[in-house]
Amino acid sequence: MSDAPTTPTTPHAPTSVDARTGEIRQETMIINMGPQHPSTHGVLRLLMELDGETVIKCTPIIGYLHTGIEKNTEYRTWMQGVTYVTRADYLSPFFNELGYCLAVERLLGVEAPPRAQVIRVLMNELNRISSHLVWLATGGMELGAVSVMLYGFREREVLLDIFEEITGLRMNHAYIRIGGVIMDLPDEGLTKIERFLVEMPPRIDDYERLLDENPIWLERNVGVGRLSADDSLALGVTGPVLRSAGVPADVRKDAPYCGYETYDFDVPVRTEGDAYARYRLRIEEMRESMKIVRQCLDRLREPGPVMIEDPKVAWPAKLSVGPDGIGNDPAYVTHIMEESMEALIHHFKMVTQGVEVPPGEVYQAVESPRGELGFYVVSNGEHLPYRVKIRDPSFVNLQAIPAMVEGSLVADAIAAIASIDPVMGGVDR
Amino acid sequence: MPAEIVERVRARCPDTVVARGEVTAIVERDDLLETLAWLRDDADLALGFCSSVTATDWPGSDPRFWVVYEMLSIEHHHRVRVKVGLAEDDAHVPTVTPLFPTANWLERETHDFYGIVFDGHPDPRPLLLPEGWDGFPLQKTEELGGVNTRFRGAFIPPVDTRTTT
Repeated sequence: MSDAPTTPTTPHAPTSVDARTGEIRQETMIINMGPQHPSTHGVLRLLMELDGETVIKCTPIIGYLHTGIEKNTEYRTWMQGVTYVTRADYLSPFFNELGYCLAVERLLGVEAPPRAQVIRVLMNELNRISSHLVWLATGGMELGAVSVMLYGFREREVLLDIFEEITGLRMNHAYIRIGGVIMDLPDEGLTKIERFLVEMPPRIDDYERLLDENPIWLERNVGVGRLSADDSLALGVTGPVLRSAGVPADVRKDAPYCGYETYDFDVPVRTEGDAYARYRLRIEEMRESMKIVRQCLDRLREPGPVMIEDPKVAWPAKLSVGPDGIGNDPAYVTHIMEESMEALIHHFKMVTQGVEVPPGEVYQAVESPRGELGFYVVSNGEHLPYRVKIRDPSFVNLQAIPAMVEGSLVADAIAAIASIDPVMGGVDR
Repeated sequence: MPAEIVERVRARCPDTVVARGEVTAIVERDDLLETLAWLRDDADLALGFCSSVTATDWPGSDPRFWVVYEMLSIEHHHRVRVKVGLAEDDAHVPTVTPLFPTANWLERETHDFYGIVFDGHPDPRPLLLPEGWDGFPLQKTEELGGVNTRFRGAFIPPVDTRTTT
């Protein structure tokens, strides 16, 4: 993360006249944007070479948030891996959990029960909405649309309340586990989701009324951060940025998982390839996600198990909501502590050693709000993962920044980065 | 994954295995660039999208390192994994960045983590690790933790060796 160019890279620096002294200057300026800059989405540093207001060269510098999540997973049981990967891209924790769990389930050769799959889809699509809301809020704020910021965070709060009701945590839930989900939905959670589905559509209409025809918003976004379909594919860009350039790539349609092929939804695509197209796409995606959530609620009327039956895979403990929040179910604790020695041994073995995964390797992709989130998971047949590689879409998409902003104005660089929607937790891992 | 795709890959790379519905082609290092270009340009395969580049480390075996390329066809939605084995004392492989610009950061990351050298990489600087980091943390021989933290010239011992008294 070093080796900042000390001399300007353009051979013929343009001439400018210093307004104050009348002195003629021939130089470009190198400035650092970040890593502590409010509009770089966390600790992203951009080394920019400027000629006046024009960006000549832009070098993204990352790594400030590297916490070694991939290394850490190699020292924890397969089940504990969920609690690590969920912290990578902290705005889409359910996607990280799902990608990891699907990969491990494929290594094990097991599949979660149908109700668990529906709950997974439900949580993922709610998460997609909450992630897009943060993008709308922060992206809007960076361009001066402060009211959108307040709206976005207000609605996200409703979703975080729902997540808390269902999983016990607002972020980093570790709710999706190998073989299913850790506990069934509470009734209260479903009423909240139903209310959300009624309240949210008019609010999305509000955002559109605020922004779609807003002259400042159009001025700042139309034609900004352009990236063609060919460039996107060469740079590995996926998600809304790729779809804004006319490529209808979406893992949910191309390689369905969790039964996505049975849901009725569209993948919105536009062809402009600019920041405005990405804005329109994400708004449209929120509507599509709500369509899927509605179908999930219908399917959830059928009761059923949410964790695989196989005792060699399933997490043994039961959770319940007590007066002090979510914790171990008292009835289960009584069972293993007072009634059954075998249950206690089984619990101890599963918690300390966990699942044994047959040797092999898989690559499992899921469609996160930012694009293809891939998990390359390798097992050598033991109780710990041998390798967990997270192919995070933010990390790969960030490589497109120079292509998007070089030659444009500094102010447009802000809009372009916002339109990629990078989350540094996922970039640095 | 239709069988024709597997047969087509196997015709060119005899060492191709199918496991858990995934196709893995194991190629020689000298043949890597040509194979990837062929996978990309073949009309039926059209594996023009490089999803991921990473590596795994198996100390004590030969080859010690495996570099792993996940290739995707945007048109046909199928995937093929290409793997190259590297010996411990010869851990370098030609860069694929000119073929797939997205590999740029992925290869830099792999070098940071495993010390594998990507010959001809256009920008071989460290990416994720702090300046002057010693060693390659994802090699299996590197322990978790046990790293001194540098803070204003002083060293703070690692968490697992710290005492509270």
